[in-house]
Amino acid sequence: MRIHPRYIQRGAVAILGSATLLTILILIFIIFFVLEKGLPVISLHFLTDNPEDMGKAGGIFPTLIGTILLPLLALIIASPLGIFTSVYLSEFTKENNVTKIIRFGTDCLAGIPSIIFGLFGYIFFVVTLGFGWSILSGGLTLAVMVLPTIIRTSEEAIRAVPKSYREVSFSLGASRWQTVKKVILPNALPGIVTGVMLSIGRSIGETAAVIFTAGSSLRIPTSVFDSTRTMAVHFYILAREGISAENAYGTAATLIIAVLLVNLSAYWLMNRFIAKRN
Amino acid sequence: MKLISEKGVQRILMLTAFSAISALLLIALFILSEGLPFIFKYGLKDFLFSSEWQPNLGKFGIFAMIVASLWVTFGAMIVGAPLGVACAFFLSEYVPRYIMRIIKPTIELLAAIPSVVYGFIGVMVLAPIIRDNFGGPGLSLLSASIILGIMILPTIISISIDSILAVPQSYREGSLALGATIWQTITMVTIKASKSGIIASIILGLGRAIGETMAVIMVAGNSVNIPHSALDSVRTLTANIALEMSYATGLHRQALFATGVVLFVVIIILNSIASVAIRKRMVKK
Repeated sequence: MRIHPRYIQRGAVAILGSATLLTILILIFIIFFVLEKGLPVISLHFLTDNPEDMGKAGGIFPTLIGTILLPLLALIIASPLGIFTSVYLSEFTKENNVTKIIRFGTDCLAGIPSIIFGLFGYIFFVVTLGFGWSILSGGLTLAVMVLPTIIRTSEEAIRAVPKSYREVSFSLGASRWQTVKKVILPNALPGIVTGVMLSIGRSIGETAAVIFTAGSSLRIPTSVFDSTRTMAVHFYILAREGISAENAYGTAATLIIAVLLVNLSAYWLMNRFIAKRN
Repeated sequence: MKLISEKGVQRILMLTAFSAISALLLIALFILSEGLPFIFKYGLKDFLFSSEWQPNLGKFGIFAMIVASLWVTFGAMIVGAPLGVACAFFLSEYVPRYIMRIIKPTIELLAAIPSVVYGFIGVMVLAPIIRDNFGGPGLSLLSASIILGIMILPTIISISIDSILAVPQSYREGSLALGATIWQTITMVTIKASKSGIIASIILGLGRAIGETMAVIMVAGNSVNIPHSALDSVRTLTANIALEMSYATGLHRQALFATGVVLFVVIIILNSIASVAIRKRMVKK
């Protein structure tokens, strides 16, 4: 018996629609579950007190410092490299075998799992270069990890700058670099910043690459050669070693709020960028 | 006054442009130089195809973990791929564009949630449900597959939507004008035109599932054995590295790097396939 296409169509809508609904419900559930259990734990004291008894009691202050310092260092290193790479790829060269290799390398780097970055950071920065478990090793490892994201988003933002802007600048006698500096970068800035924000989001939540490079010391670091513990690593240790479920929920909620804030402001920026463009 | 000449700027930019590729080479070099000597010394066959992993006895066979990684990834595909592709088609073909523009970034937020949080949800919510309803320890192949399946959803949905939207609108209009329903248009026109992009999204999701570490450590149970059912506790390649890295020394540490080599090679192969599939789509366009 043949089923009328209209009924198949209705069935398809029902199945595809419920798949979409399920996905959205899972997302909402994850965020609400963590916030519901974690928000009651968060207080000013929780955020500004030192942990006691390996994190069983007390706050998470040193991990907040670690969570700010590591991504910051990663961005200071990765942003100029990534933005310059994308400027070179889109403004200073034509598509050829070299750019193909650079693009392929960037794609591959983007797909490498964080545990491999952790292994690499450990053997290269911690052992070979002798930086030890430190903010420096962790920041450099994260910088390598977020580099492809920054390259890709900056390149997209730069390519979105209309061709006529460049032509006008060139016709006024500006050189390539002057055009990049005065015309292209200012216009592509919101798009570039979006990529940087997404990278911050990824660095904040990273665990595997950080735990083997920055270590897990709970002391407040005084130099870039000190070991530190980020919120994500702290949460992992609390949850996995069953130190304190309550503080684990609190840390997870703080972590999720931080990541959501960073990502939502990235989207907000991107939307403003697109709205301005149209 | 000009500090650097135009030519100088170009040279500096070119140097930075090689940063990503040199980082990749550096990673390959260091992982391989730590891992390969061990593989040659221990024997590739013994390393890959023996399931005895007893570092204190000098036995380093990763077969059980390879099997576990494959099963977990396969399971994640079964959960994530149909759900993700269904979601992508619903959002791009059935839902008004402005609603899609709200839902797509929301789903992409799923990718921003740290993997440790997924693992934690798996331990606190999913594992007890599985333990109570199906038996077993709860922390198992099944829970790892479900959690990973959820984690790869944003990758699959986002890239699939992009490739479905890249199909020219005129194709759809032609099909609809011939009296086809939207579903018929999807199965007969859109899916064919966006196939390579959808496959690329699934392969990239696969890469993410194989490489995921922290979430898997928390929910998979971590005992080294070849699983006989979905309810068995398993240890993946990534989990093995992360669990033992903190105290491993000497030969044991080299064996962990060798595990990293295996992982690295698999990921590079998967990414190359995916990037070829994506390029093909761009060329077609």
